[in-house]
This record gives sequence, structure tokens and C-alpha cells, in this order.
Amino acid sequence: MEAKVAPQPAVQTPAPPVPKAKEGASPAEQRELKMKTSNVNLWYGEKQALFDVDLEIFDRSVTALIGPSGCGKSTFLRCLDRMNDVIDGCRVTGDIRLDGQDIYAPNVDPVQLRARVGMVFQKPNPFPKSIFENVAYGPRIHGLCSTKAELEEVVVGSLTRAGLFEEVKDRLHEPGTGLSGGQQQRLCIARAISVNPEVLLMDEPCSALDPIATARIEDLMEELKEQLCIVIVTHSMQQAARVSQRTAFFHLGKLIEVDQTSTIFTNPKEQRTQDYITGRFG
Amino acid sequence: MSDAKVIKPESLTIDWQSDKTNRRVRRRYAANRRLQAYGIIAIVLAIGLLGVLVTSIVSTGAPAFVQTKVDLQLDIDSAKVDPQDPASGNYRTIFRDAVANTVPGVTSKNQRSITKIFSSDAPYIVRDYVVSHPDVIGKTVTLAIPVSDPFDQLYKGVIPLKVDALSWSEARWFERLKNRAVVVEQDGRTGLKLDVYIDPAKVEAGPPPSGEFAALAQDSLQAYLPNVRDSSLFKMLADDAPEAIAKRIAADSGVIGKTVQIVFPVSAPYAELAKGETPKVLNPRYSPDQIEAFDTLKERGLVRSPFNWELFFRADSRFPERAGLAGAIAGSFYALLVCFLLSFPIGIAAAVYLEEFAPKNRITDLIEVNINNLAAVPSVVFGLLGLAVFLGYFGLPRSAPLVGGMVLSLMTLPTIIIATRAALKAVPPSIREAALGVGASKHQVMMHHVLPLALPGILTGTIIGMAQALGETAPLLLIGMNAFIPSVENVGLLEPATSLPTQIYSWADSPERGFVSRTSAAILVLLGFLVLMNVIAVALRHMFERKW
Repeated sequence: MEAKVAPQPAVQTPAPPVPKAKEGASPAEQRELKMKTSNVNLWYGEKQALFDVDLEIFDRSVTALIGPSGCGKSTFLRCLDRMNDVIDGCRVTGDIRLDGQDIYAPNVDPVQLRARVGMVFQKPNPFPKSIFENVAYGPRIHGLCSTKAELEEVVVGSLTRAGLFEEVKDRLHEPGTGLSGGQQQRLCIARAISVNPEVLLMDEPCSALDPIATARIEDLMEELKEQLCIVIVTHSMQQAARVSQRTAFFHLGKLIEVDQTSTIFTNPKEQRTQDYITGRFG
Repeated sequence: MSDAKVIKPESLTIDWQSDKTNRRVRRRYAANRRLQAYGIIAIVLAIGLLGVLVTSIVSTGAPAFVQTKVDLQLDIDSAKVDPQDPASGNYRTIFRDAVANTVPGVTSKNQRSITKIFSSDAPYIVRDYVVSHPDVIGKTVTLAIPVSDPFDQLYKGVIPLKVDALSWSEARWFERLKNRAVVVEQDGRTGLKLDVYIDPAKVEAGPPPSGEFAALAQDSLQAYLPNVRDSSLFKMLADDAPEAIAKRIAADSGVIGKTVQIVFPVSAPYAELAKGETPKVLNPRYSPDQIEAFDTLKERGLVRSPFNWELFFRADSRFPERAGLAGAIAGSFYALLVCFLLSFPIGIAAAVYLEEFAPKNRITDLIEVNINNLAAVPSVVFGLLGLAVFLGYFGLPRSAPLVGGMVLSLMTLPTIIIATRAALKAVPPSIREAALGVGASKHQVMMHHVLPLALPGILTGTIIGMAQALGETAPLLLIGMNAFIPSVENVGLLEPATSLPTQIYSWADSPERGFVSRTSAAILVLLGFLVLMNVIAVALRHMFERKW
């Protein structure tokens, strides 16, 4: 664990002054652009919560959103799978693209979008059903499996990917709410990845968990990012430093700075980022 | 002004041991104790009143759960009953003969009153038995025939055999005469020593003396109690009292035209009263030969009081000993069925729409306020509405459980909608988010997650609404669902019917003594159903309750 916390030497970061995405994506693995938002503004009724957010999110990597409470990072996250649609009086303008397609376009079905962009919430929220049913729910409503054996395969596969299968294999039919907090959160992750999403949004997934459970989730993210794109909102800067490749700093509804995680934590360009990271406010 | 001191915080040193602070602490504790005491008093009061209510209903209603019956040997003579057509036999004669055979000393004179010991339905009970058991024709059977209401009440001890002969005011009149030393003992009889003016216009000296002696005696008694304007006062004088005047005139005709003192013997109850006893007479409901016959039946061990199954399995009757609740239970069942089938789906649909789909604007606010207000509308108003719309406008049949159920569902709907909305609100938003997050549509979120989780609350609300509807009387009275239903057979959705609360209402209105206890028994049955429904509600809540 500690090894991951250690920041990569800032010196090695190529071309620190170049801020934008293409350069940021160039090092090490060649990552493709997965989602791109431009000029995203969001209002809750009369109150504007997001101001002109432009962010690029890359595939097979973890993007961390940090910032003080109420800065709009969760709100922004919920824009990415249109979960804000269900909130009364919430209005979004701007352009959010997933693989180049505008997800707010009228021909996009938010239900299908949410199958492609999964979400894990702050508090573990398994359905009050069995562990099996929790994971099987997504594939079932999307008709992904035609036979029972196939469904079982998907459930076991998802639980295994979420690192939970070994712990619950003897009690798949017991209620998911009977698990411990960390196990419940991993169950929620298994549920989210059971429909094979391309993007996984995680809204402070570890804030209700103890350090050991947190470490397990972080390991899991490490593994999952090999296959999909993860966006995580976190209050813990250590966590952002440990798990993410890129970090975006939000303040008062604005995206202040986004860059390689190592750059943000060692050599931020903005004073406000520097102040936040060093704990001067927030 | 110059004395005004600036109080600095550090100068606010408080002595926590001073009398003043101790007093304040004591006062605070006293206030706490007072508050608790008020609560305890309120609860004790409530429980006490409930206890009084339940005790009074149970003690009044308990006798109705047994029915006094007489085992009567009936000779089903094939000469009187045609085996081909058992329904039209001469059962009145069969029954009368059986009574005559069982009770000794039945003459043609007292036969009518002796037969009145038994229920007036007795011949029909025999007929119904023979019709359902045609093989008994030509044989002798023993049937338990219910006794009529007065004897049922007598056997249960609800009505006393003997009652006070003198009313309270009659005893008072006598007391007043006693206080004026008018009451005397003479020749071993109790008498009233009264001043009598022997009016020459009313008597003849004779011999033998004649005249309106009774009027004279009554006038003189009236003179002692001038305020009493009640002819029952004169029952105080014995039948032979006027003769005392005749005797006096015969002894001395000179008393005519004078005022003399004459002792009039008093009637038997007053004589007993004068001795310090409480005079009793046979209850006027019964005749001596009836009592004699009933005692004979009791001595022969024929009178029993088994559990009154007929209370549950028979419909209404004019005779309390034959009246049951089956018709009312069936009517209530049909009405509640209609009520449930209408209000449950409509209520849930309305609540789901308002809670999950409706936009928040003025119209939905108005609807919401109105639904909440509807729950507080007096039920009789719904009855009037049903009368005007369902009966008046749509021309649905009167007294039918269908209309009753429709009116009750108007009343239950707001309850169900409010309960359902509360239950939907209580489902944690995290469950909705979780379902939305894996790509469930709004409909799937509702049907797969929110409704199942809200179900216990919805069911509880529904059952409480149904229980309310079960006890509702006023709207059913308005649409005429208090019909007289003497048979359970043709109870249906569109047939005239009655219901438990309206049955209670009509029984409470009936003058027969037996209906008093039957009313209470019906209330107990209704309460039983209510408790049962509430138990079901609690059980369902426990069954469906889930943790999250």
C-alpha cells in the first residue's frame, strides 16, 4: 500500500507546462480518450452548481475528482451517467460525449447509457435481496443472459472480479444486507460491473469504510482499471494520489486544474490547488 | 445610575451549593415529575375508560352467547306430515301436542300462554328439521327448541322472576303517611286512621248503609296527600277498605254529615312495607301457570343453555332468540370485498403517480391538499354523495353491498393514498439510485424495488382503512344497507343486505330485552373482526419487513 502512496518523482513527468489532454495521455501506456465534457453548466433551480467544466477522461485509467465539500464534483460525476435527470429542477447545458457521442442527445436512452456507465455510491446500497439476486439484477433487466447457467456464470464472474466470490461463495442466497460494510461495497461494485460497463463512476466509495476495507477497494480499482475507465470522487487526497493517474481539482463549481496526479500533488500550477492540497482550506 | 455595576463574566461566580440554586434544581426535578405524572394519569384514565367500556360490553353481551333451549319430544305423526311433501305438514299441532305431553296440566284454557314459553318460531324449527331429515316421519325425535325471549332472559337471570311491588314514589307516599302517625295496627292488620267527612249527599243510612264508600275513602286519603295527582295512590287501600265506612254508619248513623276517624286496612304490599319488608310480586311478563310449567321443565332436566351457534350461522329475525349475525357478516364481507377491489388498486396507482411521476406544480399541490382533506370529511357526507350519485344518478339498486362497497371505498381511498405515499417516501433513496445506477427504468425501479419495499406500509394502511370501513355505519344507513335479512341464502352483490354496524344499529333500536344482549354480542363480534384485521396487518408488516 505504502509503495503506491509514494509519489512518482515529479522530475520524470514530461513537459509539465503542457496542460492539455493529448500530451497527458502520451506517457507510458497509450490511453484513448473515453469521455469528454465541454462547457458543462448545471443549475439546481436558480442556483448554478457547475460552471463551464471541460474535462477529458481516458480509458483504462483512474481519474480522481477532488475538492472541498459542495464544490460540485459529485454533481459533475452524476452528469456523466445522467443520474441528475431524476432530480427535479436540475438543468444541464454543454456537451458531454462518450466515445464521441453526445449522451444528452435526444436519441440516447438514459437507461441504456447507465448500463454502459455504471455507478457505485458513497454508502453501500445493496438491494434487500440475496447476494446472487443483487448481482443478477442488472444482466436480467438488460436481457444479457438467456440461460440460467449463463446468468450464474456472469454472477460468479462479477463477484470474482470484485474480489468477493471467495468470501460469499457458500452464502450466495443469503441477503446482501447481511454482509459487512466493505463486503457490501464490493457487492455493489460487482453489481455495477455485472452489465460490463465501459465506465465506472465511484462517488466516494470508501468514505463509509474502515482502512482495511478501503485498501481492498483500492486494490480492486487497480485491477479493474486494466479493463475499464474509472472516475472516482474522493475526499482523501492520499487515496487520489494512490489510485489515480489523473486528478481534477474542483472548487466552487469550477474545474480549477486537471493534470497527471503526480503533477497535481507535487507541482500544481494553480495557487488554489496548492492551498487545498497542503490543507490550507477545504 | 451611578450605582450601576458592569457585570463581567468572571464576576458571575455561581455558588452551586447556595439555597437559590438548590431551589432551582428542586423545582426542575418537580417539573419533570409533574410532567411524568400527567402522562401517567392520562394513560391510567384512558385504560380505565377502555376497561369500563369493554367490561360493560362483555358483561352485557355474554348472555347472548348461550341460548336457553328445551329438549322437546316430538311425535312426527305421519298422519300430520305427508312424507311426499314434508314442508307443508301440520307442525303447529305436532308442536302443541309435544308441549301438552311434556308439561302436565295443560288445558285448552292455558295452552296459549304455556306455548308462549317457547319461541314463536318453534313449528318452523320442527318443519325445517323434518324437511332436512325426512326419515324421521312416523318416529319420535327430541329437538332442542329455543324458549321465547322472556324465558331465555329469566333462565339467564337477566330478568328477575319477582319485581318490587311498589314503586319508589309509592313507598314515599306511605312514608309520609307514616310520619304523620296515620299508620296504625288494628285487629292484626295494618290500617290508615283517616279523618273522613261522611258526606250526606253520598251515603244512605240504610239499613243496610249504602253509598259511594269507595269514593269517600279515596277522597279522605287524597286529603292527606293533596299534591299527589296519581290514581295509583288509591291502590294503597285494601279492597275491603270502603266497608269500614259502612260498618261505622251501621254502628252509628249519627256520623252522617260529620267528620269521623275511621281505620282503613291497607293493601297487602303496603302491609308488608309497614312491617319493614320489601314487597315483591311476580314479574308481570309471566303468568303463574307459565312459571309453574317452566319450573316443571327445569325439574325434569329438559332446560339447557348450550352455546349459541345460531348467533353466527343464522340471519336476522324478529324474535331475538332466533336472530343471528350471518346476514350482517355476509353483507359486510361483500361490501368490504368491493371496497378493497376498488380502493386498493386505485389508491396505489394514485399514490404512485403523485409520489413518483407527477410534476410538482400547483395542480398536484391542490390534489394533494384535497386528498388530505378528504380523509377528514365526515363519513355521512360520503353516504349522501353515494345516495345522490350511485343511487340517484346511476340508478344502482338500493341497499346493495355493491353500492355500500363503493361508498366505503370513497372513504377508504384517501387513507390508502396517504399511507401508500408515506410508505413510498420511506423507501430510502439509495435503493432507487442503486437500481437506476445499474440501468433500471423508472418502471422497473418502481415494480422491482420501491413497491415491494413499500408493501408492508401499504398493506398496513390498507387494512387499517378496511377496518375503518368495516365499522362505518352512517354512509351505509344513507344508502339503505340496513335491510331486514331473515335468510343468508340470497345475499349477493346486488341483493339488499345489511352489515355488522347497521345490524347493531337496528338491534339497538329493538324493544325486546333479548336484543340488548345481542347488540352487545354483535359489538363484540365486530370488535373481534377489527382485532383480527389489525393482527393481520401487524403480521403482514412483520412478514414483509426488510432491513436495509
